[in-house]
Amino acid sequence: MSEIIQKVKNLSVGFKSQKGHEISILKNITTNIKKGETVGIVGESGSGKSTLALAMMGYVKQGLFKMGGECIFNSFNLLNMNNRELEKIRGRKIAMIPQNAGQALTPNLKIGYQIDEALKLHTNFNKNEREKKISELLNKVRLPSPETIALRYPHELSGGQQQRVAVGMALAGNPDLLLLDEPTTGLDVTTQAHVLELLNFIAKDTGTSMVYVSHDLGAIAQVSDRIIVMYSGEIVLEGPARDILKRPIHPYTYGLLNSIPKLSLAGLPGSMPGSQPQPGTKKEGCSFYDRCNLAEEKCKKNSPDLEYINELKTSVRCFNYKKLLKDKSKKQLSTSRNEKNIKINEILNLTDVSISYAKQKLLDQILNKITDTNPTVKDINIDINKGETIALVGESGSGKSTILKSIAGLLRTKEGNIKFNQDRILSNDLKKRNSSDLRAIQLIFQNPDESLNPNHTVEEILAQPLKLYFGLSGEKLKNNIIDLLEKVRLGKFYMTRYPRQLSGGEKQRVAVARAFAAKPDIILCDEVTSALDVSVQAAVLNLLQKLKEDFGTTYIFVSHDLAVVRAISDRVAVLYQGRLCEIGPSKNVYKFPSHPYTEVLLGAVLEPDPDIKPKLVAEDIVEDKPPEKGCCFQGRCPRILGDKCKNETPPWQIGDNGNAIRCHINIKELENIQNGN
Amino acid sequence: MEINKAKVNKKKSIFKKISEVLLTMASKPSGFIGLSILVFHILLAFLSPFLAPYDFKAIDPSLMLQAPSSEYWFGTDSLGRDVFTRTIMGGRTALTITFFGSLIALLWGGLLGIFCGLVGGKIDDVVMRVVDAFLSIPWILAMLLIVSLLGTSTQVLIPALGFFYGKGIVRVARAATHDVIAKDFIVSARARGHSNLSIIWNEIIPNVRDAILVEGAMRWSWMLLGFSSLSFLGFGVSPPTPDWGLMISNARGLMSFAYWAVIAPIVGLSSLIIGINLTADAFAKALGIDRSTKAPV
Amino acid sequence: MFFLIIKRILLGLITLFIVSLITFVGTEVLPGDACTTYLEREAYGAALEACYKRLGLDIPAHERYLSWAYNVIQGDFGYSLSGQMPINEVLGPRVKNSMVLASAAIIIGIPLALILGIITALWRDKLPDITISTVTIFAMTIPEFISATLLILVVAIWLEWLPGIVIVPTDVTVKELLPNIILPVIAIAMIMTAHMARMVRSSVIQVMASDYVQMAILKGVPYWKMVFKHVLPNALLPAINVVALTIAWLLGGVVVTEVVFNYPGLGRLVIESISNRDLPTVQALAIILASIYVSINLIADLLTLMLNPRLKTLQIRK
Repeated sequence: MSEIIQKVKNLSVGFKSQKGHEISILKNITTNIKKGETVGIVGESGSGKSTLALAMMGYVKQGLFKMGGECIFNSFNLLNMNNRELEKIRGRKIAMIPQNAGQALTPNLKIGYQIDEALKLHTNFNKNEREKKISELLNKVRLPSPETIALRYPHELSGGQQQRVAVGMALAGNPDLLLLDEPTTGLDVTTQAHVLELLNFIAKDTGTSMVYVSHDLGAIAQVSDRIIVMYSGEIVLEGPARDILKRPIHPYTYGLLNSIPKLSLAGLPGSMPGSQPQPGTKKEGCSFYDRCNLAEEKCKKNSPDLEYINELKTSVRCFNYKKLLKDKSKKQLSTSRNEKNIKINEILNLTDVSISYAKQKLLDQILNKITDTNPTVKDINIDINKGETIALVGESGSGKSTILKSIAGLLRTKEGNIKFNQDRILSNDLKKRNSSDLRAIQLIFQNPDESLNPNHTVEEILAQPLKLYFGLSGEKLKNNIIDLLEKVRLGKFYMTRYPRQLSGGEKQRVAVARAFAAKPDIILCDEVTSALDVSVQAAVLNLLQKLKEDFGTTYIFVSHDLAVVRAISDRVAVLYQGRLCEIGPSKNVYKFPSHPYTEVLLGAVLEPDPDIKPKLVAEDIVEDKPPEKGCCFQGRCPRILGDKCKNETPPWQIGDNGNAIRCHINIKELENIQNGN
Repeated sequence: MEINKAKVNKKKSIFKKISEVLLTMASKPSGFIGLSILVFHILLAFLSPFLAPYDFKAIDPSLMLQAPSSEYWFGTDSLGRDVFTRTIMGGRTALTITFFGSLIALLWGGLLGIFCGLVGGKIDDVVMRVVDAFLSIPWILAMLLIVSLLGTSTQVLIPALGFFYGKGIVRVARAATHDVIAKDFIVSARARGHSNLSIIWNEIIPNVRDAILVEGAMRWSWMLLGFSSLSFLGFGVSPPTPDWGLMISNARGLMSFAYWAVIAPIVGLSSLIIGINLTADAFAKALGIDRSTKAPV
Repeated sequence: MFFLIIKRILLGLITLFIVSLITFVGTEVLPGDACTTYLEREAYGAALEACYKRLGLDIPAHERYLSWAYNVIQGDFGYSLSGQMPINEVLGPRVKNSMVLASAAIIIGIPLALILGIITALWRDKLPDITISTVTIFAMTIPEFISATLLILVVAIWLEWLPGIVIVPTDVTVKELLPNIILPVIAIAMIMTAHMARMVRSSVIQVMASDYVQMAILKGVPYWKMVFKHVLPNALLPAINVVALTIAWLLGGVVVTEVVFNYPGLGRLVIESISNRDLPTVQALAIILASIYVSINLIADLLTLMLNPRLKTLQIRK
């Protein structure tokens, strides 16, 4: 057995509430990190995972304090050391790679200076050696032309580049232990896969131990040797990565894995009821009791201990784990969705839609110059059938939300038109749309914190569309509101609550109820599950599907998460830089991706399965705007043909599966190449 | 019947909210002190005519510059008037004028600010330029000019103060509106097709109200400061009405002989300003608004 | 970057233009014109006519505005009615005296505010913060005329350390002026320092809570190095503008303080010319004070532009 470098013993961290109670957010954590291993700590927001990682550096965030226990790194008792002593360890023996490098790099200092600072503190190199080392580090994290990068300020780099700089800076002191706090969250799918691959390479290359903190089991699965699952400030499961992912023996982990949508699996993920308790609200008994389907009477009263099972090398905090151990059926629980063939009955047609954000400058208006030959969104043709769920997917900057806004009338189209019910063109101007058209199209937003007015009760929020479209009042209005709440599975007593008194999932349910209050024909869903925890996301997806089946609503579903799209959509349209690349039935697009971009995108998806590795086919270059001419994907295409792709707009081709792609390469040929790989 | 009930509920909730805010304010020592001082001064303003032991304008040359005694608690001034009487009555005019002045400032500043934040574009640019221009003329110069040409009556002072102290509120209201209209719940209401008026009334005002009210409370203390300065310079309240600024100005020349005539009004005015300030700070904190980074413009 | 600077300067000039319009129109619409206001009961016959001639009130308003504005741009503010001489001559020594007062207050106030603000932020909620913050709250809420009066009472009358009232002729030299300005400077600097210290404090606290400061700590950067390299440059940059606004706003306080101390500066001139109803001088003062306000803000804007790396790189790219 290899040597232990970080020992966490009975660690509890908490804060003082306004009323003076001590509330713990880490409860009695005990674990070890061994030399050379990578440990993944996974948990939903509020599980205490970041606090644990920071404590491993002897750092407790302002407002929090250590309630008991210790963190021992080699022979240093970190939480008892003063700052002077810790400065010698931080950055030199233990280094941190932060979540959002864009905010973790000091804005007024150049990249080179910030790395140099770490080198000066933690090495004995002279100036020339340091300069060489900076280039070396930037090279190691695969940044192009290190000399120029070193002279830049953080804001001049893209998100992926900033994250790489943070990795390079952490390596400057040649640490024995690297702590990574959600290092890929917030990055685009392809960038995320590249950064993870880099981290894996560094782990192997330097032999550093790593603690990888994330809410994303997909990312954890790619890097970890061992996994710690946290829930409500406690470790509920700890063991070898493969076992945990393939055979989770804690009901929470089991449910969590189940609630993650997967590319390989059509249909909706299984959902867990409720949400993680807020710190300080817990009574006695197991903290997972309320949500657990194995719960018994004794779970309500007694809190289980973390029990080490020798033959599995796994620790678990559950009285009934044996039930899951016996459960040999590794079958995934997922509600199958009837992917019925939608009848061709078009409800919305987008014809040659172009949208431009660029404002025409006064001078150009006078000179009558046409400035924007290269609009943000261009040539979008999509016909949407009644009752289907069509998804728009793409990375940031793909124009997917922009298209949604112009369907809702919030953004004017520059060219083309949007036809509703085959008979009337929706006005470009929101004010000119009539009431029934407005009612027919409703929106649900990404972040319910922003989409619900914080000063209105749930009752007032839901009353608005009912009053506006149906003129309801009095008893009728109230009954309707209760009815709506029931539909989204919220009780009547939610009426008097304010949004701040609801959990994230509950808020999003209210937002869903508000959209359905209008009895709409089409609902536009803008990243509706992105702000939610995985277990809550599954429940919201299931709810949306149920409501759709009940009311025959059409969904236009925008998401960056390809697995979520796989789970809910009938048809999918892949966008890059505001241009359509591929469109077709979901099952075919996912099974036989034809367009090179779809291939790149799907290859980068991280699955919570150690056996499925992402395929990196293209560089993760970030492009600010689409190319002036030719194919939109020319800058990153791994199969680029040459001048033809650079100069000519590719034609539409329709494959045997019903996928339509826009590419110069013959679709048959593409399928062959991809199957060959 | 049903509607009436709803209205009652709504009203109740407003009272409930106000009492909640007051309780939160009073739960911190600084807020409690501030509120008590303010309440004390307001009570004094109402009750002082009945509490005053002497006539505030009774001149008696034989009693000139008497030191504090059991008869004249705070002594007498250069005209032999009782300083205690004049001190407890000295805040009435200032409080009344600045209170109504603040209301006017709140009203026009808030409405114009919300309007500018909403329409944006060229109209907003032009209005803000003009507001900026007004800001760049020192308030004291403008106030003095107006007062010297139009007189110092309440009808002049209240609107003039209201106008000059409303400029800052325009900025705050505009910035708050700007923040709010970018939020998704406004987008959602727009997409549903609510009228502009209904969006302003239902969605925007409830969300900018707090910021504007806090700013108004702060303006009140500054306006009091400004008004007292005017009085001090001889451009505010006209004698013989008792007023702290004026009393300080009159007694200043003789303070080497009779410091009491200066100290009493100084304590009165300072305590009121500090009281309003602490209250405004506690008010801001109770509503969850951090206003310490804002410039006093 | 270049365009940004030009734009800011243009905006400042537009503001000044609007100010000139406001003051001109303001004095125009208020009852009575400059001559009747000034002469009051003697406003008839030859005296009035002579006054009209002198001020050119016999020509239409817009022409008068244009010629007045033209002269102002040339640096000629016209004729002072109460001083019976060109306004420039009245203004000259007053501007100098006020400048001495204001710059002394700023030179003392800004560094003091920085130090106090940084101390209170770094020792947040500890004893130094609690004491200093309490004092600043008092200092910033007490009006200048009260603090000035108290200063005179305590320092000049009771302790007899310094002269309370400034008794010097208007055209005094700076050297003679100096011992007299100590109390007025304290009175002005007190309120200004308190305001700025509070702003610096909250700005520093905000930056201390940022991700990049946490990162610097976790990188092992020693505390004071972190404060000077990672915290202060980022905290003080946004404070520059706010500080400028405060300074400009407190110009009003200078007026009151000058009156209390009988100081021969612009502030007293404001009171004098308003008491004398000398409208041309008032107009001149409005323009001058507004220009000071605009230039302080302009300087702050330009400083921010130059120090902010985000804007610096804009220049390289363009």
